[in-house]
Amino acid sequence: MKTRTVVPKGKARPLGRKAGRTMHAGPFTYVVLALFTAVSLAPLIWTAVAASRTSGRLAQTPPPLWFGGNLFKNLERAWTEASLGDAMLNTTIVAGSITIGTVLFSTVAGFAFAKLKFRFSGALLLLTIGTMMVPPQLSVVPLYLWVADLQWTNQLQAVILPTFVSAFGVFFMRQYLLQALPGELIEAARMDGASSLRIIWHVVFPAARPAMAVLGLLTFVMAWNDFLWPIIALNQSNPTVQVALNSLGTGYIPDRAVIMAGALLGTLPLLLAFILFGKQIVSGIMQGAVKG
Amino acid sequence: MSETAEYAETAPPGKGDAAPAATGSKTSRTPSPWRSRLYRWDIKASPYVFVAPFFLFFGAFGLFPLLYTGWASLHRLELTNLDDSTWLGLDNYTNLLQSEYFWNALGNTFTIGVISTVPQLAIALGIAHLLNYKLRGSTLWRVAMLAPYATSVASASLVFTLLFAWDGGMVNWLIGSVGFDPVNWRESSWGSQFAVSSIVIWRWTGYNALIYLAAMQAVPHDLYESAALDGASRWQQFRHVTIPMLRPTILFTVVVSTIGATQLFGEPLLFGGTAGSKGGADHQFQTLGLYLYDQGWINGHLGRASAVAWLMLVILLLIAAVNMLIARRLRKDR
Repeated sequence: MKTRTVVPKGKARPLGRKAGRTMHAGPFTYVVLALFTAVSLAPLIWTAVAASRTSGRLAQTPPPLWFGGNLFKNLERAWTEASLGDAMLNTTIVAGSITIGTVLFSTVAGFAFAKLKFRFSGALLLLTIGTMMVPPQLSVVPLYLWVADLQWTNQLQAVILPTFVSAFGVFFMRQYLLQALPGELIEAARMDGASSLRIIWHVVFPAARPAMAVLGLLTFVMAWNDFLWPIIALNQSNPTVQVALNSLGTGYIPDRAVIMAGALLGTLPLLLAFILFGKQIVSGIMQGAVKG
Repeated sequence: MSETAEYAETAPPGKGDAAPAATGSKTSRTPSPWRSRLYRWDIKASPYVFVAPFFLFFGAFGLFPLLYTGWASLHRLELTNLDDSTWLGLDNYTNLLQSEYFWNALGNTFTIGVISTVPQLAIALGIAHLLNYKLRGSTLWRVAMLAPYATSVASASLVFTLLFAWDGGMVNWLIGSVGFDPVNWRESSWGSQFAVSSIVIWRWTGYNALIYLAAMQAVPHDLYESAALDGASRWQQFRHVTIPMLRPTILFTVVVSTIGATQLFGEPLLFGGTAGSKGGADHQFQTLGLYLYDQGWINGHLGRASAVAWLMLVILLLIAAVNMLIARRLRKDR
């Protein structure tokens, strides 16, 4: 602080305050962030408001800004008439299986790519990363033919198996294990005569646990929200949440308040996960970003 | 990171099974040819065993279908008769290139892509800059910002359809209360494209802000200090330190958002309501993704849908090539 007297007037300010990220936020920052957060949350809150009203009220101007008394009636209608109850059970099974498969196989493959030497490992990793960029539209026609051939249309394995593993997951675990798993630890286990399976169980899994949890959360969110392939492979008789919401949106039930109740139900489990594990999800996205 | 390293080092001895592992070591040191052969085999084969499940699924449900789509695009293949396919050569492609709806969908994908990606990334950059300050409750801000990311395409689109409704919609009420005429967000061409873009912007801005924030936190602190010593203002620091250091990350998000924009499907499908896959009465917001679905599963021409898919891949490769050229040019300039 003493330097201030020595430095010419124009340069006093930048020196007095700390630059960059150590700088404390001013009121302006808080106001802008609060506005942005309000815009982020408003549609979600309004979904709940609309779901608590009647369809007739939603067609009037001005739109309702506060909760009405119809929430539970609308939720119940969405649950039964739009079969969102069944859909949520289905989606839990689908997203749960995909999460288990992705986390397990990504950790094992990621470990091999990070710490083991084998032929073609570089080329295989490049192939994995390269196809992360390929859009899912490129495989829906053959997958559909396949599913029709196996008579899996409308069955949950048709949506589980194609996304059971993920290239992103393998890459994510590889990047994490490169740093988090010291090579000496594996060497030591090998010297003790531990088999590879034992090393996976007693060394790799414990070291990878934080990243496995984060990958699991990200995978669950993605699997719960998957849209394109489920609406091709399934229909209203055995839907996932997204399939049920799609048929709600395309006029299956024209009642606006019930549609909003459905949208609310379909998002609620993930919002709950965000409230419980928000910090981990945020750090997972930020971690994947720096290294990706 | 340090927490994990510590965990990994202490975990194996902590488990009760460490003891059998230790006794195992004794036997392995005594030369038993069968055992050491098994051990060597384990070292050699296990990497392949570990990556095998991934590549089996990946090959069956990712790589093989990708190539098969190319094959299907050269055939007449109808939804009503899946067992019958006749060779067409490039007919599907020439038909597409002559179809006005294909070009319309391509144009819409481009327009909606630009008006959703550019504001989304620009706002994300600004928000990330603010989040990079020392904040009270910084985690809370980040989580709240990411809430739209947890909302599915379907839920978000249903809500926004209602917000943009002609009668009783929030948006028309708001612009009416400041004295403007209501807009028919579903029928008008620019209005519907704006509405569809707003869903994308809403869902992804917070996510991109976090990615930028992560990159900003990796910028060495000295750079800001020396910039400050040179008398750079906050804005100048942002412009001349933050942005150049973030260049690779910005390029990365541009590529990812472009891929996302090329595939845009759920938002216009649900925004169209009962008109669904047509993207509005005049196809005014039919994207390529929607066009593919319309050709394949509404009109039943799976061969044609495959051709659309491959054209999408060609477009993506072109975009990737352009991106690479720009990246190289930027690197040379430095």
